[in-house]
Amino acid sequence: MMEGVADKQAELTRQDFVSDQAVRWCPGCGDYMILANMQKAMTQMGTNKEDFLCVSGIGCSSRITYYLDTYGIHSIHGRALAVATGAKLANPDLNVWVFTGDGDCLAIGGNHFIHSCRRNINLNVVIFNNKVYGMTKGQSSPTTPAGIKTKTAPEGSIENTFNIGELAIGSGATFFARVPDNNHKLLEEVMLEANKHTGISVIEVLQNCVIFTDGIHELITGKETKDDNQVVCKHGEPLLFGKDRLYGLKLDGMKLKKVPYDENDTGFISHDMYDEDSAMHLALAKMEIPDLPVAMGIIRQAEKSNYANVLHQNIKRARELSEFKTVHDLFYSGNTWEV
Amino acid sequence: MAELALEKEMRKVVVRFSGDSGDGMQLTGDMFSQSSGQEGLDLTTTPDFPAEIRAPQGSIGGVSSFQIQIGGTEIYTPGDQVDVLVVMNPAALKANLDKLKPGGTIIADMDSFDRRNLKKAEYASDPLVDNTLDEYHVIKAPATSLTKSALKDLGLSNQAITRSKNMFALGIVAYIFSRPLAKVKKLIDNKFAKRPELAEANKLALEAGFNFSESTELFGASIVIPPAKLPKGTYRNIDGNTAVAWGFLAASENSGRKLSLCSYPITPASEILHELTARKDMGAIVFQAEDEIAAICAAIGASFSGNLSVTTTSGPGASLKSEAMGLALISEIPLVIVNVQRAGPSTGLPTKTEQSDLYQALYGRHGDAPMVVMAASSPDDCFRFSYEAAKIAMEHSTPVILLSDTYLASGTSPWRIPDMAELPEIKIPVFDRSPEEWEPYQRDPEYLSRYWKSPGDAGFEHRIGGLEKKENTGNLTYEPANHQKMTKIRAEKIERIAKKLPELETIGAQQGKLMVVGWGSTHGAINTAVTELLEDGEKSVGFAHFNYIQPLPANTEEIFGRYDQILVCEINNGQFVNYLRSIYPQFSYKQLNKIQGQPFFTSEIKAEIINRLTDL
Ligand code: SF4
Repeated sequence: MMEGVADKQAELTRQDFVSDQAVRWCPGCGDYMILANMQKAMTQMGTNKEDFLCVSGIGCSSRITYYLDTYGIHSIHGRALAVATGAKLANPDLNVWVFTGDGDCLAIGGNHFIHSCRRNINLNVVIFNNKVYGMTKGQSSPTTPAGIKTKTAPEGSIENTFNIGELAIGSGATFFARVPDNNHKLLEEVMLEANKHTGISVIEVLQNCVIFTDGIHELITGKETKDDNQVVCKHGEPLLFGKDRLYGLKLDGMKLKKVPYDENDTGFISHDMYDEDSAMHLALAKMEIPDLPVAMGIIRQAEKSNYANVLHQNIKRARELSEFKTVHDLFYSGNTWEV
Repeated sequence: MAELALEKEMRKVVVRFSGDSGDGMQLTGDMFSQSSGQEGLDLTTTPDFPAEIRAPQGSIGGVSSFQIQIGGTEIYTPGDQVDVLVVMNPAALKANLDKLKPGGTIIADMDSFDRRNLKKAEYASDPLVDNTLDEYHVIKAPATSLTKSALKDLGLSNQAITRSKNMFALGIVAYIFSRPLAKVKKLIDNKFAKRPELAEANKLALEAGFNFSESTELFGASIVIPPAKLPKGTYRNIDGNTAVAWGFLAASENSGRKLSLCSYPITPASEILHELTARKDMGAIVFQAEDEIAAICAAIGASFSGNLSVTTTSGPGASLKSEAMGLALISEIPLVIVNVQRAGPSTGLPTKTEQSDLYQALYGRHGDAPMVVMAASSPDDCFRFSYEAAKIAMEHSTPVILLSDTYLASGTSPWRIPDMAELPEIKIPVFDRSPEEWEPYQRDPEYLSRYWKSPGDAGFEHRIGGLEKKENTGNLTYEPANHQKMTKIRAEKIERIAKKLPELETIGAQQGKLMVVGWGSTHGAINTAVTELLEDGEKSVGFAHFNYIQPLPANTEEIFGRYDQILVCEINNGQFVNYLRSIYPQFSYKQLNKIQGQPFFTSEIKAEIINRLTDL
């Protein structure tokens, strides 16, 4: 059976996941790169085409379900995770991907997001973080930085933001990765690792919206500045960054600090993405420029029981032990009488 | 003392058990129901839970009651007025005396009528001693003390002993209604199968109550109720919420689709969630969601995955679900939404019954969004209608709203267990040609249902969603004419279901002055009222009851046309009557509305019918 699956998989190409619908994002939008990498990654996931289910909410990001030639649900604003949860529980063999944006997932859908993380249900969630509402034309979102001007904050946003990694890990997510939309290799790699992880996998993509927040990630993702402002986390390796990787991270009390790297100094932090304790992962996820680089790659990948598996194991056991083979047995159990 | 209202042989009797919430009145009532069913009687029960969750012991707010009507004739309601009232303390007497018939019988635990309890019930003097109860037949039973002495050798705690006094009361009632003691003991054994020491204590208390009645010759002889003529079969007692849950299990088994229930806890619907959670042992996949919206959305996902999918709730939750209902509707996928109605708006009277979410079910969505709306009419037929709701949803690829209410949810009635083969077959339209010939919004030509294709089915990959779809292909489109066409198709799809529905039936006059109309849970009270009038010789009244509300049964208009006036009785401010007015404006409607969080009394409906007839 596994062989059959592998055979079928081997034949899949990116084209198999391209639907016949015209893609309607603005030219230059970061969403194109996410779509292309997703289609490529899907060919390598060991899943038959018909066993994928893609679910999205509302917003620019959520259009992606129409462009992926898989089973798909373009649901309603904020609810993609809830829809995906029901679908996955109903058929745990499906490989379920959720596509959502910062507004969709963290504002109107915030409740579903924290609870999905808490349950650690085996879903893969890609959050397109462009720090603004695109489809509704430029209002502030929960990730719009203070001071940024939007249609609903003409003098600049006065709200505090969610850090998606902090929120996800704080809510119990066992897999969190962050990727810039212009790093194809990392995008694909992270998608494949998320696919392997058996719990909830949250991927935050720093996505550029050319219309409303063009260049909002530029300092982090731009050619000139990215080396200084990004650290790509690799398990078991020191967290090095800067031109020629001259800097590393050390703990100063409870805080992370940027220090020139010295390979003989054992005080530098190496990345342990499997650490059950989330304290260091939270600290990494929270790093911000200008004092610290923004962490990219897989920040956390921990093992914890996952909801869909446990539920189905429980159902299986209950079914095996059950005195009721059919509903008839159930109906006749307890006190009955004849007329 | 007044003349005794009880007679040696009776067609029907109403008994009400009442005590402090810790006195086990629901259990006592339940056992008496089981025992009545075993004797071949028809019955209907209703619990009446304390108004406050943590009311002080012995206070009026903490009184818990259970009412049952039993009879040798068909019984459709728990009864208007009580024949036998069992009270375990003064507060129970105070709270229930107005429900007792003149000349009715009171069985009181006299031991509990002490100074403290009398004060808590706000009695200045002992009603068992003064003349408060002169017009009733009072049996003063030393239930607490006799239970204590009967159980003294068992080595149980004081608390366990006192808790058994409800079985003493049951013993008295069992004696009055000539119940074979051995059979009642068997019920106790079943109930306490895992706690033999409690079974023993309860049986001793039962016996003590029975013997007390016999030796004190409370009645010259016991009361006999000849058994009812019920259809042959195996019966059990069932409450409405369990019946709803079991209907879905049956539909799941008969359709071969797994059952997914996705719900959020809410009074009075939670018991469906509890029952199906326990039915893991039947393979039910139950998800307690983080909120009402997540619950329906998860059910939508489960439906796309190919399962029979259900979400259960009550009015406030149904409000939260309304956006997602639109998604299920435009996606044309099967889904059942159960609304166990309670009294609203807002939190309203959350533990009380009402039929006031009908407008919400019919109209409570944005856009042109017609759905099937149906309602169950008795605790036992909740089974049939949840099965039907699932069948319609799956056969017609549509969301269906099933309305129940507090009265049905917690009431019980005997249920003849159906043979699975006698349930209507569930025939989900199948597309059996190749994927090349298939389009996502292709329809079965007769009923316009969309074919149900789910992940895992190779070659049929497609997308559903909230955006308007092009006819047949399901591609996104803003074409003006297409939106009109699709809106019409969605409406037509619901209308065509009427062809499958059973015709509206009438009892009583087949034409004439007055047609009495009800829907959902009012069936019992209206049916009893009309039947009693017919028995009294009234010839110009007919009665028709609706379980299918959208679409309406195909012969509705024809039937209404045979009467001068239509009297619509409902537990709200006139929602069904206005719905009927909007569809069939040519008829003359009158309405009877009760909006007190309480079901109709038969007497109220009878009085209104007589009123109407004198006016006509
Ligand atoms: S508005 Fe922004 S996010 Fe939306 S498609 Fe255009 S560029 Fe992309």
